[in-house]
Amino acid sequence: MQKIVLNGIQKSYAKEPAVRHLDLIVEPGSFLTILGPSGCGKTTTLRSIAGLEEPDAGDIQLGDRTVFSRSQGIIVPPEQRNLGLIFQSYALWPHMTVERNITLALKEQKLSSGEVESRLQSALEMVQLTPYRNRYPSELSGGQQQRVAVARLIALRSQFLLMDEPLSNLDAKLRTEMRTELKRLHRELEATTVYVTHDQIEALTLSDIIVVMNGGLVMQQGTPYDIYHHPGNLFVAEFIGDPPINKFTGSFIREDGVGILQCGDHRLTLPCHVIPTRETLVATIRPENIMISEQEKDGWLKTTLDSVQPTGASTILQVKSEKSVMTLLQPGFMRMAVGDSVWVQMDMTKVNYFDPETEQNLISEG
Amino acid sequence: MALPQTDRPRLPVFSARNISYQFYRLRNRPELILGVLCLAVLGLLVLVPLFEIIHDSLTYQSYDKAYRPDAEVGGFTLFHLERVFTGPLSYALLIKPLLNSIGIGFFVTAIGVSVGAGLAWLLVRTNIHFKGTFGALIVIPYMMPSWVLALAWLSLFKNDRIGGTEGMFTSLFGVQPPDWVSYGFLPIVICLALHYYVYGYLLMSGALATVDSELEEAGAICGMNRRQRLWRITVPLLMPALGSAIVLTFIRILGTFGTPALLGLPVRFFTFSTQIYASLNARNSGDAYVLALVLIVMAITFIWINSRIIGIRKSFVTLTGKGFRQNEIGLGMWRWPATIGVSIFVVITVFMPMLILLWESLIITPGEYTFEGLTAHFWFGESDPDIAYGEPGIIHSPGILTALWNSIKLGVSAAVVNGFVGLMIGYAAVRGRGSLLSKWLEGVAFAPYIFPSIALGAIYIGMFSTPFGPIPALYGTFAILLLITVVKNLPFTSRTGIAAMLQIDKSLEETARVQGIGWFRRMVQIIIPMSTSGLISGMLLTFITTMRELSLIILLLSPTNMVLTGLIFNYNEQDMTQHSGAVTLLLVMVIIGMNLVVRVLSGGKGLSGLKSG
Ligand SMILES: Nc1ncnc2c1ncn2[C@@H]1O[C@H](COP(=O)(O)OP(=O)(O)OP(=O)(O)O)[C@@H](O)[C@H]1O
Ligand SMILES: [Mg+2]
Repeated sequence: MQKIVLNGIQKSYAKEPAVRHLDLIVEPGSFLTILGPSGCGKTTTLRSIAGLEEPDAGDIQLGDRTVFSRSQGIIVPPEQRNLGLIFQSYALWPHMTVERNITLALKEQKLSSGEVESRLQSALEMVQLTPYRNRYPSELSGGQQQRVAVARLIALRSQFLLMDEPLSNLDAKLRTEMRTELKRLHRELEATTVYVTHDQIEALTLSDIIVVMNGGLVMQQGTPYDIYHHPGNLFVAEFIGDPPINKFTGSFIREDGVGILQCGDHRLTLPCHVIPTRETLVATIRPENIMISEQEKDGWLKTTLDSVQPTGASTILQVKSEKSVMTLLQPGFMRMAVGDSVWVQMDMTKVNYFDPETEQNLISEG
Repeated sequence: MALPQTDRPRLPVFSARNISYQFYRLRNRPELILGVLCLAVLGLLVLVPLFEIIHDSLTYQSYDKAYRPDAEVGGFTLFHLERVFTGPLSYALLIKPLLNSIGIGFFVTAIGVSVGAGLAWLLVRTNIHFKGTFGALIVIPYMMPSWVLALAWLSLFKNDRIGGTEGMFTSLFGVQPPDWVSYGFLPIVICLALHYYVYGYLLMSGALATVDSELEEAGAICGMNRRQRLWRITVPLLMPALGSAIVLTFIRILGTFGTPALLGLPVRFFTFSTQIYASLNARNSGDAYVLALVLIVMAITFIWINSRIIGIRKSFVTLTGKGFRQNEIGLGMWRWPATIGVSIFVVITVFMPMLILLWESLIITPGEYTFEGLTAHFWFGESDPDIAYGEPGIIHSPGILTALWNSIKLGVSAAVVNGFVGLMIGYAAVRGRGSLLSKWLEGVAFAPYIFPSIALGAIYIGMFSTPFGPIPALYGTFAILLLITVVKNLPFTSRTGIAAMLQIDKSLEETARVQGIGWFRRMVQIIIPMSTSGLISGMLLTFITTMRELSLIILLLSPTNMVLTGLIFNYNEQDMTQHSGAVTLLLVMVIIGMNLVVRVLSGGKGLSGLKSG
């Protein structure tokens, strides 16, 4: 098992920066996901690791080998980097059967035919495509094509796996299935993996580490838990989570030595470890961290139900008070009528506070 | 968040590390290496010859000693320019052929493009009968040499003014047709127009087939009436195709050699192309080069004007193969007359010439057109000293069989080489899209388009008749024929190559790269197999155009590298009309046969290839 290290990577296309600055360490055998909105430079990063793009600056190491270094004048072509890569489009060769698609690179490496055959068979078994070895890609369903691409990757036995949105062309059900498959695959192959996606569920379910990117910069890097519960800045807080996070802007006042944030109807007591930097602050809370009651409760805020959207296992509620609107997520299939009065209360330990100018989280992690 | 905006220190440009980095970088970009290579070779084959003849026409050549004994060979001079432009010979050398060429070009383009556009309209937009059959027949002239009609014309209308045998007309009616019917301007215009309408037809039918959907939508939205739609939408949309058809036809006519030679030379009626040929034959290559340059300047001017009017991008429309499904215009009572009219046209342009040549090849004595004593001697006979100077029939004539073999060899190798070169250019241009190199490459590959065939031939004879750099003298070799054919076909094949490459997603190759497969193996395993089907129709087209080519190679032919078209021309000059008829039919049969074979093998790509030409 080997690690991947990116150091100060920069890349522009015709003066337009695609990746502004990127430092990344993928621990040996771990699964790292790069997550971000469209155009934030995810693919560019992945292609730079693969050698398909030349960064303008920075170093890249695969294991203990430096494969790119602008300052040392090193550039190893993709052919010699020994990586496995899956494209969003799968990039199966349409004029070759499944078998040839999987074995082409092995044969080009001049492996013995016995070795090629055994690798082919085990790869096909792993993705459960053994009966399909003589089909052409056009004769396979989208999910099967995707699995051929995976099998091709497995057969190469590479130490490093790179995947660029490999599931984005599949329908929702298949996507869930393949997600589980990829997770299993990663465990079995023990390869260091970089996975690119703009789907947060994929990122949260698959990864050991998530890197959130925006505008060519890393916004936050951390475990799925951290990213979800302790967003480093407002962008991450708003980007992650579905339904989206609730956000309030309020002014900071000090009463009896206790910091209070007055956000419309809400009075939030600042925890003592939050050091306010400005007069106004932004507070966020996830929808599932707001409690709801159909009976009046002391100290809870009275609101009116604005919309009720049961999704099956849970229900998304929208409530309105005099001065604010909130989204709530409650377990179970709730049947309530729009217009009813309900009482809500935030779980104060789950609130994050942000500086509106720098957008940084004011609660230091930990 | 702190944004580290400072760039890391870069390497000094000339440090050893930077040089090695740039070297590795280059190795990483095979399309760059390939692009530079293609550009260099193309430059050598296209631009250098051009500079060479400009240089030659501005310096004294050894043969100029005849006129200027004191001239120093290689010294700068305006001698050739003066001879052509201001000297006493100027009228004969330049003005007269120029006027003839322009006149012919004008009439042929006008007639040919209108006929072609009319046929396209009938076959695409109306409910005329037998569309499929007509569609297949009308493009047959594309597969024949342009001067087959001229040969047939001679068989029909030759008179005795020149000596030699007389034509069918005289033989049947006992009256000599006047010179202006037999030779010169009128027959040249008719024969060329009845061949070159094909270009107008192909371009316009493609454009008509794609215009309609847009027209329907726009018309429906704006509520225009039929006339308004025609003038405001259809015509502007057809303009690029029309412009291209006009320019393409005109440039072709300027450079065409066969027909004006067959019908003009006997009465010393010169066009630009035949004048170049005559000057070279008279060893006045200086004159020929100057004339060739004038021809090129004219061609560039026409392309330039066309692109100014229509816009540079649109001016070279490539045809699409979209379906012909749209609302048909009912011809009403004109449906049958139109059908009959087109049938007659097809008979005249396609079947009649063939039949005349067949008859020609079967009569025993030239000029005696009877149905008695028809003989297959010129096809299958052994050498007989009493007939045709002892020249045996086709299947026994080593000369013809060699020429046939040369033609096929040339057609096939040009198709293969062109396909390959087109693919390489396509690869370099598509993978390097957006770079200056890619643009230049496309530009240079397009350059041969502006050289009229005969002018390119003149350039090549100037360049390769003596050793050039490491290249030995190529005159009289197969290699020079192949070279010029490949170069002349480049504008077309590089386009097919680019189109084929555009269909191969970049990721298919990148996947192979990441899997450790090197450039050469990627080409062999992925790029070439995936693009051949796209290239087949282009290669077939190259084969066809090569087999029927005369204008381009006439100056470069010698007994050692004779091909069928040249042989036909020679037989005709020697008044061996049965042989020229028989060999012409042989040539047409080979071309059509090859087309059918390729169509069957590739599942019907043959004609669709023509459509995209
Ligand atoms: N070959 C290219 N030429 C010019 N600009 C490019 C090129 N490739 C990417 N870009 C630009 O660089 C930026 C980052 O692109 P990138 O493909 O890395 O985005 P991404 O994060 O993968 O987005 P997506 O989720 O849509 O795939 C974009 O603004 C894109 O327009
Ligand atoms: Mg992407």
